[in-house]
Amino acid sequence: MSNQRKRSNAEREEDDDEDAEGIGEWERAYVDDRSWEELQEDESGLLRPIDNSAIYHAQYRRRLRMLSAAAAGTRIQKGLIRYLYIVIDFSRAAAEMDFRPSRMAIMAKHVEAFIREFFDQNPLSQIGLVSIKNGVAHTLTDLGGSPETHIKALMGKLEALGDSSLQNALELVHEHLNQVPSYGHREVLILYSALCTCDPGDIMETIQKCKKSKLRCSVIGLSAEMFICKHLCQETGGLYSVAVDEVHLKDLLLEHAPPPPAIAEFAIANLIKMGFPQRAAEGSMAICSCHKEVKIGAGYMCPRCKARVCDLPTECTICGLTLVSSPHLARSYHHLFPIAPFDEVPALSSLNDNRRKLGKSCFGCQQSLIGAGNKPGPCVTCRKCKHYFCLDCDIYIHESLHNCPGCESIHRPKSVSLMEE
Amino acid sequence: MPSVVSKQYSDDVSLLVLLLDTNPLFWSTTSITFSQFLSHVLAFLNAVLGLNQLNQVVVIATGYSSCDYIYDSSLTSNHGNLESNGTGMPALFGSLLKKLEDFVTKDEELSREEVSEDRIPSCLLSGSLSMALCYIQRVFRSGHLHPQPRILCLQGSPDGPEQYVAVMNSIFSAQRLMVPIDSCYIGVQNSAFLQQASYITGGVHHTPKQLDGLFQYLTTIFATDLHSRSFVQLPKPIGVDFRASCFCHKKTIDMGYICSVCLSIFCEHHKKCSTCGSVFGQSKLDDASSVSDKKRKAPST
Repeated sequence: MSNQRKRSNAEREEDDDEDAEGIGEWERAYVDDRSWEELQEDESGLLRPIDNSAIYHAQYRRRLRMLSAAAAGTRIQKGLIRYLYIVIDFSRAAAEMDFRPSRMAIMAKHVEAFIREFFDQNPLSQIGLVSIKNGVAHTLTDLGGSPETHIKALMGKLEALGDSSLQNALELVHEHLNQVPSYGHREVLILYSALCTCDPGDIMETIQKCKKSKLRCSVIGLSAEMFICKHLCQETGGLYSVAVDEVHLKDLLLEHAPPPPAIAEFAIANLIKMGFPQRAAEGSMAICSCHKEVKIGAGYMCPRCKARVCDLPTECTICGLTLVSSPHLARSYHHLFPIAPFDEVPALSSLNDNRRKLGKSCFGCQQSLIGAGNKPGPCVTCRKCKHYFCLDCDIYIHESLHNCPGCESIHRPKSVSLMEE
Repeated sequence: MPSVVSKQYSDDVSLLVLLLDTNPLFWSTTSITFSQFLSHVLAFLNAVLGLNQLNQVVVIATGYSSCDYIYDSSLTSNHGNLESNGTGMPALFGSLLKKLEDFVTKDEELSREEVSEDRIPSCLLSGSLSMALCYIQRVFRSGHLHPQPRILCLQGSPDGPEQYVAVMNSIFSAQRLMVPIDSCYIGVQNSAFLQQASYITGGVHHTPKQLDGLFQYLTTIFATDLHSRSFVQLPKPIGVDFRASCFCHKKTIDMGYICSVCLSIFCEHHKKCSTCGSVFGQSKLDDASSVSDKKRKAPST
């Protein structure tokens, strides 16, 4: 309303400008949000209420089915120590406005969220950033474990110029990742918006070089599917996907946050020496080795060289020892001990005794599982403890909690070891 | 995960999920009896409900062989419990006490088959933490207006090392949902799980020295809602030990070796990882390439 009032109060030229563009300010808000397209009609022409939760749950079940089909029931090894390079294409094509406000801005926003999520799920891994501008690849940040450094470098200069060169990016990343220790998994994630690549040499050779160095390259395209990207991903064992809109882009990016199934030959198993520093005493003064300033109190002492560091996890700048705390290692344990997916309970199953006893309410959140008209609503059940859970608890348990409340509430005798869970 | 800050109807409305330790093997060894302890706790729950009309309390019992919901103040069936014996006092906690009694009896039945040990066995903390988080997640889903949730663990049983992974998973999930886990430990030894839980999620950990005054500890430290905590001086965490213990000897170590495949911690160099069986330092790729060369030669000859 205020916009329209402003328009009437302003000069006549503004009105002409608006009409010349064809859309008013209030209409711009609806350009991307076409919520009327999601409405459905039932047989008699009346509007059907959209059941978002069922759609959400169906999406989640489909995702889970794909993952478990890949895992095929066996315990697949996952690459927990990852060295990932994110290559962002800042060529001319990144300034396109089909993603609002521009592809560049959306890529930066989602890469920031991805970096935070990545370090949350993989605390022992490191990320590096590379950008492609004017046909040349530049290293924005080296491999490091601090999210703030990467995000600051990324948001520093956002501009799109020139051509894009896939080969230059791959050569640069290959050079960097060759220096990484052999127990780490080497990965590259390329966010590609251009429809072509201008290379100085034979890109097929570069792809073979990457394959030989065991680099796993994945590409997320923002415009259309390209053969060269598909070929790269197939050769190196990565994932290729093309985003159709902003929400889809976010989902595709976040799919790369959990550790991918590791190909056993790619990384040599090794014992890595790590330190578990203790907190420095309150009131102790020391010059910290990361900022080179005098700090009082909170901080950690490297057990090998006694240098002070501010944050964990990090590498001691003086002696090079990796410093972590036990919760950082514990963050990755749920990848090693995943819980089995719950089974769907067919809605039309008669209320058998077990269901009648346990299935009245969700075991986790106590929400009633009886739907409208005293009929049993949709729910899932755990194979091991036979408790019933509602659909939302199912999603929460498998995506965030990684514990089945029912299985945890049963006393297990001491003889069952940790690995048999 | 939805952010907490945007969904609140008043700064100081809170949802308190209380995890009550009912492990009978612990309660048989304390100076204070379980019924005395319960009187402190019920008075504390009344105090929390009295602080704000919209406050909610949920009680989950952590037993030795099972966990269950005991009380939910938002269910209307609990409000109309007026005993018709003429005194006019609403038995607010009548249903709580009855359900607790049923739970303890059932728990005891389930644990009759277990062998008793010289060390007090642990209770199922991971189970009740997981249930509390599922309940809190349901509250978040209910819309824009909801109280600020927090979890309070009242425990005396020692930590069970077999629950380490499950407890850490719950702690990290609570951290992501921004739900603080407060803990009040009334046992003898220190509980490393509860200290870590409170430190990581931003809650308060305290070990009361005198159990006769438990009500005072509870109301002064644990009754404050999350918004008011910035104005109140609460016990600060001192010396949370985050060092790991090695898998071979279970002793706490400063520096150790980590298997790159399964992240098991060892204090000395081994040839083979005892958890995942990977052999260290051997390049499997060399073996694989030599085998494939042989295979390639055979058909061509």
